[in-house]
Amino acid sequence: MEQFTGRVWRLGDDIDTDIIIPTEYLALKTIEEMKQYGFLPLRPELAAQIRSGDMIVAGKNFGCGSSREQAPEVIKALGIRCVIAKSFARIFFRNAINNGLLLIEQPDLYDDVKEGDTITVHVNQAVDYRERQYPITSLPENLVEIIRAGGLVKAMRRRNGLA
Amino acid sequence: MGQTMIEKIIAHNIGVESVKPGDIVTTKVDRVMLDDIMIPFIVDKFHEMGFTKVWDPDKVVLIYDHLVPASQQDDTRHYRVGDAFVKEYGLTHVHRSDGICHQLMTEAGYVKPGDVVFGTDSHTTTYGCVGAFSTGIGYTEMAAILGTGNLWVKVPETIRVEIEGTLPEGVMSKDIILRLIGDLGADGATYRALEFAGSTVDNMTVASRMTMANMAIEAGAKCAMFTPDEKTAEYCGIQLDDIQKGLKGDEDAGYFRTMRYQAEDFEPVMACPSQVDKIRRASELEGIPIDQVFIGSCTNGRLEDLQAAAKVLAGKRVAPFVKLIVTPASRKVYEEALACGTLQILAKAGAIITHPGCGLCCGRTGGILCDGERVVATNNRNFLGRMGTSQVEIYLASPATAAACAVAGKITANS
Repeated sequence: MEQFTGRVWRLGDDIDTDIIIPTEYLALKTIEEMKQYGFLPLRPELAAQIRSGDMIVAGKNFGCGSSREQAPEVIKALGIRCVIAKSFARIFFRNAINNGLLLIEQPDLYDDVKEGDTITVHVNQAVDYRERQYPITSLPENLVEIIRAGGLVKAMRRRNGLA
Repeated sequence: MGQTMIEKIIAHNIGVESVKPGDIVTTKVDRVMLDDIMIPFIVDKFHEMGFTKVWDPDKVVLIYDHLVPASQQDDTRHYRVGDAFVKEYGLTHVHRSDGICHQLMTEAGYVKPGDVVFGTDSHTTTYGCVGAFSTGIGYTEMAAILGTGNLWVKVPETIRVEIEGTLPEGVMSKDIILRLIGDLGADGATYRALEFAGSTVDNMTVASRMTMANMAIEAGAKCAMFTPDEKTAEYCGIQLDDIQKGLKGDEDAGYFRTMRYQAEDFEPVMACPSQVDKIRRASELEGIPIDQVFIGSCTNGRLEDLQAAAKVLAGKRVAPFVKLIVTPASRKVYEEALACGTLQILAKAGAIITHPGCGLCCGRTGGILCDGERVVATNNRNFLGRMGTSQVEIYLASPATAAACAVAGKITANS
């Protein structure tokens, strides 16, 4: 089973999509241009400090607010390997899956984890942090299929007879 | 066992007797709404997926609203990309300066009771006001619908909200939905449907129901359902068929939870900075000084909202240091408000009346604020940085309360 280790950025409850990427930057042409403004209203320093392979651990209702798919795309473009939260807002959840950004629901890790610490994720099984294992559940089969295809775009390309 | 309203709509859409919460089903989409912010991303994904035609151009509506008129150089690129897509794939339902997408989808007759509708904006929940299942999605899923006409959904559990009685004077449907969001919390209805019932809801205008359906997403809800009735039929310009007449939650349906309210208990409330579920009585906030008031948006920019504000402002003046910005939700609302004298009353009271559109609600144009300023606004979100910098305080309220605050130059419950 796939596993990976990374550094934690700890955010709060109700991290909304306007925080993840404010509306005024949504008309920039590319996600690459947009990503420097990620989390600007809440943590202006964050986007420059995130390194590839880092993870976000947050409280409840991560990604609430607008339907902007730029939100999971910006998080992915910043190099975040996965987001672990107590719960996710539903549109954000779908958008993340469709773009191949891994989301993990875990009720207890957020309360215990400290920013800057390292965690290890065993996909579909558990998160390891300071000698403790935090269990996680697997995704429904239809979502696993989208992720397995490499996201919705690739699934549709296959449907349309493209590589 | 009976069925909830959303279960009935989904079952009918996919052609089965019944569905239950948790079922994952593929819906046949009746209509989609594409907005101007997302259109370049939708077009890119559509081409990347390898589609060469739109499944049914008649079912596609493209609306320019967030970026009209342009406030930044790059905005016009969105019109060009959208118009090229319209031409190439033969779309016919395009609105370039008619108002906010959610207002137009119902007002221009694109959505009917029982329809399954998706849009690239989270407030697509609005069309539940006419008894449609509608919800927001991202641009990748929209591109897939444009190519296939289908989208999978998980049948949601339903929270039923029953409200009986008559609202007190000066209390609007906005006060109901704000309090409900406070009671549920910003994630209290996540993945679930809200279903509204009771005499208060029955006696409401479609416009008032629209305000509530619009804000359902602020409690995380997938959709908000109102049973279609004679008012709905008149608003949509149709006769309800038997399926549409049957769109009500059964008494013996399996509800996740039922919440009951008495209309007489509601009072003017506000969502305080910077969370939609931080609800306080306006009377508890009395006296907090303000710099600006915004009356508009897909939540509260309709004729009855402008009239509620005009009723408060008639013969009065906005406080000298307060900027009151009024943005009708659509061209039709603008024309009606002009014809009945409402805009004259507002203008005379000192309001700045803008073109129809999203305006200040999405914080790109039309009165953004700076550090330390405070605004009372009738839209749906008070998130950090939504209307300018992250040091702006946004209080959400009804149009009647907002108008009273504009006159007082401070927060007041007394409209």
